[in-house]
Amino acid sequence: METQTTPSSLASVAHARNLIKHESGSGLEARNVHAWFSKHHALAGVNLDFPANTVTALIGPSGCGKSTFLRTLNRMHEFIPGAAMAGQVLLNGNDIYATGTDVTKIRLRIGMVFQKPNPFPSMTIGENVLSGLKLAQIKTSNKDELLEDCLTRAGLWNEVKDRLGAAGGSLSGGQQQRLCIARSLAVKPEVLLMDEPCSALDPGSTLRIEETIRHLSDSIVVVIVTHNMQQAARVSDYTGFFLSDGGPGQLVEFATTSDIFSRPKDKRTEDYVTGRFG
Amino acid sequence: MTVMSTDFEVASPTKPWKLSSKQVATNAAIFFGSLLAAPLLVLVTPFAGKLGFALMFFILNTSANMLVSINRFGIKSISNSVASSLIYTATALVLLPLGSILFTVISKGFAAVRINTFTSDMSITQPDAPFNEGGALHSIIGTLELVLIAGLISVPIGILTALYLTEIKGKFSPLVRILVQAMSGVPSIVAGLFIYAVIIVGLGGQYSGFAGALALSILMLPTVARTAEEVLKLVPNDLREAGIALGGTQWRTVARIVLPTSRSGLMTAVILGVARVAGETAPLLLTILGSTAVNLNPVKAPMSALPLYVFDLMRTGLDIAISRAWSGALVLLMVVLVLFMVARILSGNRK
Repeated sequence: METQTTPSSLASVAHARNLIKHESGSGLEARNVHAWFSKHHALAGVNLDFPANTVTALIGPSGCGKSTFLRTLNRMHEFIPGAAMAGQVLLNGNDIYATGTDVTKIRLRIGMVFQKPNPFPSMTIGENVLSGLKLAQIKTSNKDELLEDCLTRAGLWNEVKDRLGAAGGSLSGGQQQRLCIARSLAVKPEVLLMDEPCSALDPGSTLRIEETIRHLSDSIVVVIVTHNMQQAARVSDYTGFFLSDGGPGQLVEFATTSDIFSRPKDKRTEDYVTGRFG
Repeated sequence: MTVMSTDFEVASPTKPWKLSSKQVATNAAIFFGSLLAAPLLVLVTPFAGKLGFALMFFILNTSANMLVSINRFGIKSISNSVASSLIYTATALVLLPLGSILFTVISKGFAAVRINTFTSDMSITQPDAPFNEGGALHSIIGTLELVLIAGLISVPIGILTALYLTEIKGKFSPLVRILVQAMSGVPSIVAGLFIYAVIIVGLGGQYSGFAGALALSILMLPTVARTAEEVLKLVPNDLREAGIALGGTQWRTVARIVLPTSRSGLMTAVILGVARVAGETAPLLLTILGSTAVNLNPVKAPMSALPLYVFDLMRTGLDIAISRAWSGALVLLMVVLVLFMVARILSGNRK
């Protein structure tokens, strides 16, 4: 059995990271976001700011609406038949749901990494990384440089530099997921949303991806949904705790990660992060 | 934990990704504007006739949509808007003949349909008798019997063939696949001739519904087998592995997990098979011969089917009989529709 994780040990991990960052720019803001699946009210009244150059972890038990919330942030929610939403999501002050918004440009600026690695099976490793440019018809002068840069930032360059022409599916699960991260980075997003990116990976791959996330937060906003509280403590600056009491999921508490794990204000947050329920 | 149920700002669901009413109005204006402007362009250009109108309409509609799309989303959205236009046009081109056929059959056939069309046969009625005498009952029964027997023969064989190809993956798979493919290319009259030669001439059998159903099975089998194979291939391998890992034999896993998972797809295979044979005429001429009276016995004596009913009446050349033939075509469409609806209900009642 694993040793019991105490809130203070998690908090100290979070503290060990230098949390004090400059909050420049406005980043991404959710304003009273609701989400529905047909009649089912899945998420209610979420207000959340994701400041520039920060990592925010969203935690909570299954079915609390955190993945749904993540998908409202880059307009992937609307692909589900019967989906509806309310509220605003502001990217640098502009509502991404405003009439006349070019939604493909929004998704170019707000990238997403999914739970299961999904490299395109018809493409090589190199083509996978550059696929976003092809899809969005972006021209680059120096593809090789971009390829190396993205794969390096995703922590994969050394493992694949000699076989960029191999099929994306020939990599291991952890490598595939880092390939997907590299692919998301190639279009230079301002925000990267990650939906449990490590849930299917081994500890070594998880560690690499967490390092990648920390590097990414030097330049972009990262939002990560995770079931792993140690991971939230290790990688994030802020943490939001979601919960559903049978009704729609809501944001119970949002604070710096060290506060959530050491001084949660809400009893339910404390119960969850100490493992008393959930 | 009951405190939180309503501590959020109330809001009502919206769908901001749907077109706004202004955008819908713009699109409608483009559509109807093109519809009105196209005849004018046909007048002043060398293009003429309905084809010229359709071409002008397509060009006007596409280019106006392109301009609006550039205005909304920039120059790069051109390809998206052109592709959408092409897809809508292609859809219209496909729906046009379908609608046209339906309209012709319904308008011509409806005139001759009476209650007795479904309740009496033609045994004591001349083909050119008034519409309130005689009917297609013998042919309706014949078609239902033929489809039922052909289905009972070819659906199990077809699905077992598909299971051989996808589950057993035996060493004859490539051969079986090629044979099934070749079978689907067999002309229907050849299937009829084959059964005629083997059953009626060779074995000294008689013209009967069963012989007709055998001929139809030859046509139905490859359709069912190929569609079922494609459908079974879609079942994730994880499910098979999960079943086997729980201690199931391959047969139990297939019967309890693979087949139920692809239930609605297999029903589609059956529907496509029925659609393939319900309207066949040529093989029936050589196997069931045709008759004017109800014949419930599928193994004895000639019987009729709706395509034969239509064929025989058309061949008389009499105006009233031809009208009656159209009613037979309409009844055939209705029978096929009912069969499809029954199949859909059967395949969707458990989930």
